[in-house]
Amino acid sequence: MKYNIIIFPGSNCDYDAYFVTKNLMGAEVEYVWHKDTSLKYPDCVIIPGGFSYGDYLRAGAIAKFSPIMKEVIAFANKGGLVLGICNGFQVLTETKLLPGTLLQNKSLLFICKHQYVKVVNNKTPYTHIIEKNQVLDIPIAHNEGNFFIDEDGLKSLQDDQQIVFQYCDKEGHIDDITNPNGSMLNIAGIVNKQGNVLGMMPHPERSSDPICGSKDGQNIFLSIMEFIEK
Amino acid sequence: MQKATIYVTLKPQVLDPQGKVIMNALHTLGYKNVTEVRASKMFEVTLDAKDDADIKQEIEEICDKVLANPNIETYYYKIHDE
Repeated sequence: MKYNIIIFPGSNCDYDAYFVTKNLMGAEVEYVWHKDTSLKYPDCVIIPGGFSYGDYLRAGAIAKFSPIMKEVIAFANKGGLVLGICNGFQVLTETKLLPGTLLQNKSLLFICKHQYVKVVNNKTPYTHIIEKNQVLDIPIAHNEGNFFIDEDGLKSLQDDQQIVFQYCDKEGHIDDITNPNGSMLNIAGIVNKQGNVLGMMPHPERSSDPICGSKDGQNIFLSIMEFIEK
Repeated sequence: MQKATIYVTLKPQVLDPQGKVIMNALHTLGYKNVTEVRASKMFEVTLDAKDDADIKQEIEEICDKVLANPNIETYYYKIHDE
């Protein structure tokens, strides 16, 4: 299978994603510069974490106008897998491939730590090899991770099982205490209605190599690989 | 040349932690009359155009597409001659 990793000025998790998908997963991977006007025949596009365009205006707001995003949107609309991690999630909400918005953390602080998340939907290409309600240790590192959506939008996310990951503790409790950033319903990751576009604030690429202290992030990449190769 | 002053503000139902922190600081300083602070963004945009109707249309397009995120923000603006 083949990944394309999009690089914007300010992306900084591009190599982490490259290392994991290529060296640990053995997939074919190509970088795609944001000014390019075509993708390189991917099975899955990754929009990595970082600070695209310095987070100017709003996180992800300028990246959505990069030439390559037209292609990413077209790829997603044809059912292609698009995974946005952290800043990538912010870019996906700004481009409207995913609903909602990532606001500044409630604490106003940049948060960088290991975090437990519960897999509440394992019927997606990104989570199908994981047990439902399994708790994963996947780190977060963000200033704008506080997921917000209006009431109707939240209801629609729930009705259509679009919530994939929720912040929790090691035992899987989901409440205000285990909510690191103020996200509605502790939301850490969602998919679009069709299930082919996933945005998540936690960084699976930073928890795939065991040297990082957790290899739980591998589950996401193994799911993608099995989904594509089956 | 005309200048537009554009204000982008968070919708009332969106929590503004920054505004809250500022309000708490004001309370600490003794400004007890302050009951709410909402932080917002202001942009000054200079346009080389003459027709008022065209300018309004252009500004609204700019706000809808770029300056404001309609999920969380609203905007209003004033136009002045340079």
